[in-house]
Amino acid sequence: MSLQFVVDGLLTGSMIGLGAIGVTLTYSILRFSNFAHGDFMAWGTYATLAVVSAIGAMFGKVAPIGPLSFGWPLLVALVVGMAFTALLALLLDKVLFSRLRSQGRAIIVVMASFGASMALRSLLEFTFSSRPTYFSRAIQIAMPVGFGIRITPDQIALLLLTAVLVLGVHLLMTRTQTGRSMQALSQNAALARIVGIDVASVVRVTWIIGGALACVAGVMIGILVQIRPFMGFDMLLPMFAAAILGGIGSIPGAVLGGLIIGLAEAGAVQLIGAEWRAAISFIILMAVLFVRPIGLFGVRER
Amino acid sequence: MMDLLGYGAFFLTTALIFSLVTLGLNLQWGLTGLFNVGLAGFVAIGAYTSALLTTPDDAARFGGFGLPILAGWAGAMIVGGIAAALTGMATLRLRSDYLAITTFGVAVVVQLVALNAQKLTGGPFGIGFIPRPFGSLAETPLLFNLSNLAVVSAVTLMAYLALEHLSRSPWGRVLKALREDGRAAISLGKSARFYRVQAFAVGGAIMALAGALQAHFTGFIAPDNYLPILTFQVWVMLIVGGSGSNAGAIAGSILVWAIWAGSGTLTSVLFAPEQQARAASLQIVAIGVMLCVILLIRPNGLFGDRPRRPKPGKQKKAAASENEAGP
Repeated sequence: MSLQFVVDGLLTGSMIGLGAIGVTLTYSILRFSNFAHGDFMAWGTYATLAVVSAIGAMFGKVAPIGPLSFGWPLLVALVVGMAFTALLALLLDKVLFSRLRSQGRAIIVVMASFGASMALRSLLEFTFSSRPTYFSRAIQIAMPVGFGIRITPDQIALLLLTAVLVLGVHLLMTRTQTGRSMQALSQNAALARIVGIDVASVVRVTWIIGGALACVAGVMIGILVQIRPFMGFDMLLPMFAAAILGGIGSIPGAVLGGLIIGLAEAGAVQLIGAEWRAAISFIILMAVLFVRPIGLFGVRER
Repeated sequence: MMDLLGYGAFFLTTALIFSLVTLGLNLQWGLTGLFNVGLAGFVAIGAYTSALLTTPDDAARFGGFGLPILAGWAGAMIVGGIAAALTGMATLRLRSDYLAITTFGVAVVVQLVALNAQKLTGGPFGIGFIPRPFGSLAETPLLFNLSNLAVVSAVTLMAYLALEHLSRSPWGRVLKALREDGRAAISLGKSARFYRVQAFAVGGAIMALAGALQAHFTGFIAPDNYLPILTFQVWVMLIVGGSGSNAGAIAGSILVWAIWAGSGTLTSVLFAPEQQARAASLQIVAIGVMLCVILLIRPNGLFGDRPRRPKPGKQKKAAASENEAGP
């Protein structure tokens, strides 16, 4: 068995983990499983792609940065895409989720997110067709780094970006007032309201972080694999499994859960074949639910 | 005229098979409050089980046991029920969202097995030669469609009567009690998890039966019949009809299927063939928006009986929203 699966697993795990942060935050702070989260990912990626094309039309062909497959237009587009996805999440919350949340029936919100997910995805399909597209069709040469492992410059850059983002969100959650408010709200919503935490602003920050990170995860998939309207929907089960494995509400848990699932998938592909990849998340999910439903870093529900 | 009658019978047969799935979902969600977003998986389990049991022996794959159709239907219900019970056992002691995520996973995995376990399911090529009830009438389409409609109507009617009886029985009252106030019901000595697993299993068995009916009606099944869009359609049917009401489940299914089939015909007339795929995705967008709008303005649907019991301390707010949601 070649050790190459470690690199593949870490990359898939980064995508899953970045997405799972949003899932776990929505679940613990807004108290519902957002089935539209995968579609935020896809929308963010298409938005980024649209900005890249627009920049390309204005400035012509831009040389890539060093050995990477992309240049500054993608970085600019990614920032715009993140902002766009955060706004999309905020908008959907305003017109749909917040109104249903105020009725106090959490599961109705889940149902609405399921409907929104279908509508968002089909709207992408209507606009861009279901044909896959790419940020770049250039093929990168993978460098050997020992132990039979090869890695491309893009992959290194994206792993570093993930590490920076995860560290940033972790610091935000533990060192800032907003982060502490978020934790308070997730642990005891009633008490958090009593001590005067601004719930509306915490909710906004939750959507902004979740949406922006979903966009980054989607763009990673777009750079390393391909862009399709279904790309986010296919990530939904791994993201949920990662959030539950890590323990709902825990950001390090979501990332670690994502990495575990990514590595398990990549390892299993070598053993049982790529067509069964999607079943791995389900098996891990069921195992966690039967054995330790609070996950690795979770706290028992009150 | 005869063509129209034949199409009417065909349309109603399809709509009634959908309504059977919706009845199963109504037992799970409407009566018990269990959220299943993977019902396409249970429908597929039923279809494949019945197909394997009743098709003639096939050298290319496992099974083909050539059993009678009724044995296939019974087998579908048993396997579907067991799958649902296992799903419920893993999740029903946890918060309700976990059931949603798990059922979603079940649907993904069933789809995966249908597509890749070629020895069992025929893979992407599906399973053909599934025996059809009244197959000998296939030469005269009108008679064939009408007899199919009779069979499906009879099964749906039986399921409807059984479910009406169940929901009034002591068992059904326990489910409603758990839905409305779990703590009170538990304090009366009812095991919430046990009853919920039962309700989930019975609902799963009904969905599997619907899948089996559909398989025998069309004579051919393939993984593409059981995509997430099926789950979504059935949910819209239940919400439009009104969760909690069995009659609403049937009426909602017929209404939504009429809208779906009608808009499909409309787009095929309005759009050029190369635009059909795009038009179909727009159709899904429209239904998705419809679901969200109904949830916002009329969560009880057309025939729903779910009383929105105001929570203590929130009475003023609940009463206000009750008025808004009223007719």
